[in-house]
Amino acid sequence: MTMATFMQQLTNGISLGSLYALIAIGYTMVYGILRLINFAHGDIVMMAAYFAFFGIAVFHIPWYITFLAVVLLTALLGIVVERTAYRTLRDAPRTSILISAIGVSFLLENLATYLFSGIPKAFPEFKFMTTPFSVGGVLIQPLVVVVPVVTILLLFVLLFIINKTRLGMAMRAVSKDYETARLMGIEINGVISATFGIGSGLAAVGALMWGMKYSSIQPLMGVMPGLKCFIAAVIGGIGNIKGAVLGGFILGLAEILLVAFLPSLTGYRDAIAFIILIIILLFRPMGILGEKQTDKV
Amino acid sequence: MSILKTENVVMQFGGVVAVDSLNIEVNEGEIVALIGPNGAGKTTAFNCITGVYIPTSGRVLFEDQNITGKSPDKITKLGIARTFQNIRLFKDLTVMENVLIAKHLHVNYNFLSATLRLPKALYGERQMKNECEELLERLGLTAVKNEISSSLPYGMQRHLEIARALATNPKLLLLDEPAAGMNPHETDELTAFIKTVKDDYHLTVFMIEHHMDLVMEISDRIYVLDFGQTIAKGTPDEIQNNDRVIQAYLGVQEDA
Amino acid sequence: MGNSVNASGANQKSNRMKYVRIGILLVVVLIFVFIADITVNSYVRRILNLCAIYTILGLSMNLVNGFTGLFSLGQAGFMAVGAYCVAVFTVPVESRAAMFYLVPQNPAIANLELPFVVALLLGGFVSAFFAFLIGFPVLRLKGDYLAIATLGFSEIIRIVFTNTQTITNGALGIKGIPTINRLWWTFGIAILVVIFMFLLINSTYGRAFKAIREDEIAAEAMGISLFKHKVLSFTISGFLAGIGGGLFAALLGTVDPKQFYFTLTYNFLLIIVLGGMGSISGTIISAFIVTAGLEWLRLLDEPHAIFGWNVPLFRPGLRMVVFSILLMAIVLFWSRGLMGNQELSWEYVKKVPDKVRNAFRIKSAKGGAAK
Repeated sequence: MTMATFMQQLTNGISLGSLYALIAIGYTMVYGILRLINFAHGDIVMMAAYFAFFGIAVFHIPWYITFLAVVLLTALLGIVVERTAYRTLRDAPRTSILISAIGVSFLLENLATYLFSGIPKAFPEFKFMTTPFSVGGVLIQPLVVVVPVVTILLLFVLLFIINKTRLGMAMRAVSKDYETARLMGIEINGVISATFGIGSGLAAVGALMWGMKYSSIQPLMGVMPGLKCFIAAVIGGIGNIKGAVLGGFILGLAEILLVAFLPSLTGYRDAIAFIILIIILLFRPMGILGEKQTDKV
Repeated sequence: MSILKTENVVMQFGGVVAVDSLNIEVNEGEIVALIGPNGAGKTTAFNCITGVYIPTSGRVLFEDQNITGKSPDKITKLGIARTFQNIRLFKDLTVMENVLIAKHLHVNYNFLSATLRLPKALYGERQMKNECEELLERLGLTAVKNEISSSLPYGMQRHLEIARALATNPKLLLLDEPAAGMNPHETDELTAFIKTVKDDYHLTVFMIEHHMDLVMEISDRIYVLDFGQTIAKGTPDEIQNNDRVIQAYLGVQEDA
Repeated sequence: MGNSVNASGANQKSNRMKYVRIGILLVVVLIFVFIADITVNSYVRRILNLCAIYTILGLSMNLVNGFTGLFSLGQAGFMAVGAYCVAVFTVPVESRAAMFYLVPQNPAIANLELPFVVALLLGGFVSAFFAFLIGFPVLRLKGDYLAIATLGFSEIIRIVFTNTQTITNGALGIKGIPTINRLWWTFGIAILVVIFMFLLINSTYGRAFKAIREDEIAAEAMGISLFKHKVLSFTISGFLAGIGGGLFAALLGTVDPKQFYFTLTYNFLLIIVLGGMGSISGTIISAFIVTAGLEWLRLLDEPHAIFGWNVPLFRPGLRMVVFSILLMAIVLFWSRGLMGNQELSWEYVKKVPDKVRNAFRIKSAKGGAAK
């Protein structure tokens, strides 16, 4: 393998990794606060992609307005999902909440299949993002550079919100100790809604870039990325936002490099995330940046 | 002869030292109490002994055998049984089932013999049931044996927890605040109950308790813990007159 | 003392009555199967077969999720193992070469054809072995992590089957598996599995499983090895899922990796949630309701006209939308399901009229208060 192809693969890996990272943040935020795997998160990504498709390809709304609307709509969708499927079960056994989460995920997939049909749709093309340019013999799509930049920018914004604002302080309080936060007068439901809103909004940004990158969308497109991004969040240390980003990069690189170096194992591409997950859970269950927790007896 | 011994047991959570060089010795046939203000590390000490936590350093010896780091089920098999501060019965199961479950560790046939009801399993099951019937009878729980355990009154749930611990055939019984939430009358009953059980089943008892009447009445010896440190040990009389103990308890009262 | 003798006498009598009732029930079921087997058409027969298979798979899932309290989502993967064992070893040797036209079948198994029962049992054991291997690393995990990890393994199994073309024919799948047409295979095995489950759950091992479900820390403090019993429960569940998968393959006549996508597991999840986590009888009833219901819901996917006007609501996909709404509705509003963790017994049936009456009484009392 030449240096050029290696660089090519490396940039691809980083680009895919930052997409994973954007989606993984949503998982980690929700888990941090509710200790719940939001199984529907991947499907929220899928819905966002369809919103964008309808905005641009069907209703011909200018892309910048569409993008803004998609982020807002998706954030709203996240909030609605939380209100209907999770809020009523706040004090129910954990299994019930988990099943409800699976139910929402399955509902969104089936709803999308029913409404938009299972046939893949072409995501609108963005020539200025996909026409490659050459850097020292390496052909690079602008998108490949834009994705990590956007991810890092959003990460900084998010860290600012969490560390410097009142909302962020409330979020941190709720994730440290739910009950005490409630007793201290924090409006829990508002904080949880905001968390779902922000997480879903970031997922929407991820979905837009996903659509540009793979240019085809279908109702089950969110399933695999959803699972992988949850795994990314676990690798980095669930509940830890920087961890989610780190996990996303690790997973994206691992996947691309496996395909690049061991082409005979390409068929196992989707399995590698699960294998990494199991290894992490066995040897460092709290994840790379996570803190160890002890059960209280 | 000492049945339980801890040697410099330390338990740290992050930077917090919950238990600091704990040295306890419990002799066979004794009733020993572990007392101290809330948050002194008493339950943590129990958890280190029963294998729920692995001590950061130090050793736990049971009948001169090192049991540090062994899993809770193995330690129970060796002969240490316990109850929990916040009752942990199998809530949806009946009283009888609760006790039968504690007999499971003595089962010497595999799941297939048990499922296919092979003669060995049938015999074992019958014997197990008889032993449990007898145990419930002696502890006065026969009348409620088919009730769901969480439907029992609080005091009876405490009794059942002790019954369940006894069903494992222990040599050493650890009781974590058996009288918590009981009124003086119930506490008196419990005091008598612990004494009878101890004599009937030839046990050694090591218990955490806050009710001083109970502790002073039945303990042979007492250890006092404060902020993870052992601040005193001795007979009930010695403890009652110990300045540091009085200080520790009065200090707590001032805070409250 | 006299009292307790009387009590045990009454106990023995009620035990005898219990066996008599179970015997009667068994005979009734067998007569039903016998009559159904000769009367129903092939469509109904297929659905009944599926009901019996889903009963087996529902029970297999309930053993781990409902009785042992472990949230596992690996069912589809274990089914796939059983299904492929039956598929690979029962397809007639002469039709294989045509099927494996992209990559020839591995010569070691190309000429190996096994009788159905042997292949089915092999599927069960191989699946149990997989469950055992997977259980070792995975069963240390709790709650959501276990769910994701088991789901992950289920997907890995599927991905492996897609890629091991010399054995499984990859994405092309295997066709022409000799099918079972009569009801006896599926119902016979389902009845055996039900009996097995009742005996297992009411044995000392079943109690140990339930103890782990109720409170892991207390169970461990009572000397129950969590790991050993979790692996045991998981392995038995894997065996049953393998058997269920094998029957599934023999019912459909074809297998391909797409059938065993992890959403297949959601069918059994719905069955055990509706029937009640930790109820054998609930699982059986619910398996029939869900399977038959899903068939019946197919009419949602077909166009329907009211007064000559074609209602645009009815088109492919609506069935699964309704399915997922049902799953959610049950969890949100009726989380105990049909039976909770109770079993349907004669005593339970006798109490039903009272329960209904009480339910109405409370409602009418509320209504009265509102007035």
